[in-house]
Formats: sequence, C-alpha cells, structure tokens
Amino acid sequence: MLIIRNLRSYYGRMQALKGVSLHVEEGEIVALIGANGAGKTTLLNSIVGLVPSLTGQILFLNADITHQSPQEIIRMGVSLVPEGRQLFAPLTVMENLTLGAYQRYRREKKSKIKSDLDTILERFPILKERGSQVAGTLSGGEQQMLAVGRALMSRPKLLLLDEPSMGLAPLVAAQIFQIISELHQQGTTILLVEQNTGAAFKVSNRTYVIETGRVVLQGTPEELVHNREIKRAYLGREYKKVWE
Amino acid sequence: MSIWNPHFECMVKDELKQLELERLQATLNRVYRSVAFYRKLFDQVGLVPDEINSLEELARIPFTGKTTLRQSYPYEMFAVPLRDVVRLQCTSGTTGEPIVVGYTRNDLVHWTEVGARVLCAGGVTKDDVVQICFDYSLFGGGLGFHYGAELIGASVIPGSNLDPARQVVIARDYRTTTLIATPGFGLRVAAVIREKGLSPADIYLRRGLFTGEPFSEVTRKQIEDELNIKATDNYGLSEIAWPGVAAECEKKKGLHIFEDQFIPEIIDPQTEEVLPLGKKGELVLTTIAKEAFPLIRYRTGDITVLDVSPCECGRTLVRMRKVSGRTDEMVTINGVSFFPSQIGHIFSEILGVEPRSCLVIDRRGDQEIVKILVQVSEEIFFDEMKKFQNLKSRVEREIYRDLGISAEVKLVEPDSFARETEGKRVIDKRERS
Repeated sequence: MLIIRNLRSYYGRMQALKGVSLHVEEGEIVALIGANGAGKTTLLNSIVGLVPSLTGQILFLNADITHQSPQEIIRMGVSLVPEGRQLFAPLTVMENLTLGAYQRYRREKKSKIKSDLDTILERFPILKERGSQVAGTLSGGEQQMLAVGRALMSRPKLLLLDEPSMGLAPLVAAQIFQIISELHQQGTTILLVEQNTGAAFKVSNRTYVIETGRVVLQGTPEELVHNREIKRAYLGREYKKVWE
Repeated sequence: MSIWNPHFECMVKDELKQLELERLQATLNRVYRSVAFYRKLFDQVGLVPDEINSLEELARIPFTGKTTLRQSYPYEMFAVPLRDVVRLQCTSGTTGEPIVVGYTRNDLVHWTEVGARVLCAGGVTKDDVVQICFDYSLFGGGLGFHYGAELIGASVIPGSNLDPARQVVIARDYRTTTLIATPGFGLRVAAVIREKGLSPADIYLRRGLFTGEPFSEVTRKQIEDELNIKATDNYGLSEIAWPGVAAECEKKKGLHIFEDQFIPEIIDPQTEEVLPLGKKGELVLTTIAKEAFPLIRYRTGDITVLDVSPCECGRTLVRMRKVSGRTDEMVTINGVSFFPSQIGHIFSEILGVEPRSCLVIDRRGDQEIVKILVQVSEEIFFDEMKKFQNLKSRVEREIYRDLGISAEVKLVEPDSFARETEGKRVIDKRERS
C-alpha cells in the first residue's frame, strides 16, 4: 500500500532523513521506532506532504505522492494523528470530530458521514459523553482518543500515528494501544511511530528501527525483541572491542 | 513437494526487490557503523551507505575476499559484540588461516529457516527419518542441516562423520528415508549396501540431499540408480550459511537462491565486472539479514550462471546453475584458460561416468606438456588394448577440440594414483615466472 524509496527530507540545510526505504502492506501494522531526533516524525510528515524539501519516492496505492499537496494526500486516503495530538483546543469534541471529515462533505452523502460519526462515538463512548465539552479541557487519554477519532472520520485507508502514548499514564497508554490493535484487526492499515518499544512490539507485524535519519534494522517483533542493537540505537554503543 | 515459506519463496518480484533494497540499506548502515573494515572500504572509495539507492548501485562497493576474512581472524569482521553471539563456527583452514563465523540468536533463527527451506525443497517432511552424514563439530555442516530438519519436524539422526559401513547399519535399522551427505559419500554408502548384499526391502531410503562437492548430472544419475532414491543438490558456504544459500527444487533445473537473505551477482573473475544475466562467472553474495557476520559483495570463488525465468515449482527466486568449478582451480595452458572440471565433463560424456583424474602440467623448453592421469576402476578398466586406445583417442580429440590443448591420457592403478597425485586435481610443475 505504501512504498518509500530513498527518502531524503530536509529542514532548510539540515538533513533529517538520509535515504530511508520502507513499505507497509495492506492490512499490516508497521511500527517505526527510534530515539528522539531520529527522524520518525519527519518521516510521517513527509508522507502527508508537510515537508516541502524532500527527494526520493513515496508511492501510495501505486500513485506517486512524493510531491503532492497534503489535501490531495488526505483525499487519497491517508490520515495522520499528529504528535502531541494537535486538537482544535477551543472547539468542542463534536466539532473536532466533524471537522475530521471536512474533505468528504461536498463529495459524499451527509448520512454516510453521520453514520461514521455514530460508529466512532460508539467505539469511544467517553467522547459521546463529553460531546459538547471543549477539547482543550479533556484529559490526556481522552484527547488522544479524540485525535484518533478525528483521523478516522476521513475514512483513511492508511492511518499514521505519531507517538500516540506520549505523555500518557501507563494504564491509559495501554488503553490506546488496545484501540490501535482493534482498529488493525478490523482491517485498517497502520504505520505507527513510537518510542515505547515494548508496546510497539506487542502490537505490530513488523518494525523498522531508525537512527539519525537512517534505517538500521528491521524485522518482526520476535526477531527484534532479542536484538540489543535497538538498545544501542537509543543509548549508544557500549563496547570498544568485540569481546568486551 | 511443498514450499517451506511461500511468503518469501514465491514473493512477487517487485515486492522482493523492495525488500532487498530495504534490507541492503539497513545492512550497509550497520556495517559502516560497526565494522572497521567496511568503514575503511567505503572511505577508501569515497562512498557512504546513503548513496546506495538501488540494487544496481551495489556494484559501486568494492569486493570482500577470502583473504580479508583470513586476515580478520578471529573477530575483526564481527558487527556485534561477542556477548550477542550465541554460536561460533569455523571454516576448515586447509588452504590458509581459518575463518571464524559468528551467529546471533536471530542469525540462528534465519539459518534454521533457510535450512528448512533447503530440506523442504528436497522433499523432506515431518514424516521423514533424516540421517545427517556431516561432521557436527566446529568445522562441519552437520548442525546447519540438523536445526533445519528439526524445525520441519523430521526424526533426525546425527550420523556425523561415522564411516559408511556404520551409517548403513544405522540407516537400515533406524529406517532412514533421507540421506544427507557429500556425493562421494553417497556413492560409498551405495557400495557398502551392495557389498553387504542388502536388498531394497531392507533399506527405506527414498531421497538424498547432496552438497559440499561438485556434482555432475552423471554422478547424480549414478547415485539415484545405485541407491534407488531421488537426489537433489543444494549450495552453501560456511562463511555465509551452509547449508542454506540455494536449493534445488523437484524440477531439478537449477538451485533457487534465497534472495530475501542473500543478493547474488555474477562477475568476471579476471576483470571483476558485473556480468549480465545468463553469463557464466563468479558468484558474489551480499548478506542482507545477517547480524553478527554480515558480508558485502563476498567473492565465493564458485562459477555459475543465473536464471531469472520463472520455475514451474512456483518459486519466484532466481536460480543458479550447479557450480561448474572454482576460480582458484582455473588453469592456463598455452594461453588458454579452463577448469579441470571441464575435462571431467568430457570424460563423463564419453565414458558415461566421471573418473577420478588429475591434470599434470609440466614444461620442457618452451613446450607445455599436459598429462591427464585417470584412476583405473570398475568402469574404467580395459582388458583389450584396442578398446582403450580408441577411447583414449576420442577423449584426447575432444579435449583438443573443446579446450584447444593437447593432452595425453594415462591410466593409473589406484595405489599409484593416490601416491602420485596426493588427492590433488591439478599438479602444476611449471616454474613460476
């Protein structure tokens, strides 16, 4: 569904991604893990068209979206749950949700969009409860649920999640991952960026490990859970000679 | 016969290429960072791993040869600390310093996986009784087959390097269905079965996987006839995976290389140029899933041809032809280069069997004298001088026609043969210039 080849992304003269290649197959949940500053958020932003300076190839459903506009990419079926949620804080829960489908209003029947909204409210009953509450006053976990709900309102074929568990208490984070797992089971294709490697391994089919803008390792959770390269990717090398 | 891992073995070519590119780039990033030799190699040619943007660009990276591995003894080529390595194996050091190869836990999982693919391609299932006649030590390939066979769920007998007579007793009593050995050993087992006068009813052998030595179609037919089994070939090397690089399927039209683990290239051994598909040359392998001992563009020294046409078995993996010789065996006489195995091939065609032979090259004045010593055996025995003379002329004519050299064929008794040749295939007495 998503194929990336040799992606190089720049912020001005600073190169954040140095030739990243990865792919996500339909129905898969792929995780991207790495330390702070490795380039994970840059990668997701590059996919949705928010990074103006990039080279390489990004293919979504065989179409080249490398230099497409964000609107066009969303319309094609990609949706992003950004880092830090980025909700419309002064607006209510319902308003945030309905805005998630703004691309669909002129193209589809209102009834269809309404039925999607109902489905999401059923899945996240707390959002139904707090429907008219201002988004900025929700708890961390509720905000994350709202961010996910908003992204789902565009009926994405590919859902991108940027550190959904960040800043959340462990129990709440577990809830969010449960939701992600359910979404995947129901057929949503997901690319998940996470610093919480344990959670990423539990929920993903495959994982890529990124370090200073490059992929250094990839594999299934079984393959990676024993691999100390990951620890080294986060914490740095801990040996000088092989036999130390 | 089924396919062990259709996800990878029957992957659509485009997907496979994407997978190879991703794994290659990750491997290059890792070796650049963790293996001093590779960082130096890249720096020497002014390259960084970031610049390798396609599988074709792999050709920009210089080769890694056996000499480098020998010089890196023991651990200089390791990409992970020793405490992450759970297995150490070694190539036999008969032609130089030994090479130590390491495997992490994941490397073992992958090695076991490709071992299972090899066995499965040869027809092994969990209902088989598999007898592995390879050394189980630090140097042998026994463990490689063993783990793969256990993964499949077969009943595995670690026959190791017991002599043929004892292997036969075990095979008979334990009801072995699958023999794993070198082709030469397979023939010795067949000889023992004959000598013991065992009937087909006593032996349950149905198939054999043979590797570790060159193995012509003539020899295969001989093994299949004498043991009454189906015989398949497979390819590997201890520096990378043995077994596990490639395996013959039931169609017997080439060995499928496990491209999700190893990227193959064919190069001209003299010019080091990458050759187009279909040309014969030296096999170069790049590991893309190895953690402890990754190798980039490793020159195997084995000569073969690649074939990407689809195979009837359903696997989409590229096929390599049976290894036809080694680069270090190549001989040049009067300006003509060829492999001793080509002479063996001529013998097979004319005699129907491939005899043990040795090429002896000497120089007298400015003339090169070539003698081919052939060991007398059951099949190569002539009671009539005339018969022998005819065949001798035919072989000598064929050799001249195919290779352009004048050679004299001489029959030698087994004892003298062993003494004179010391097991070598080529004896070059010419002075080094």
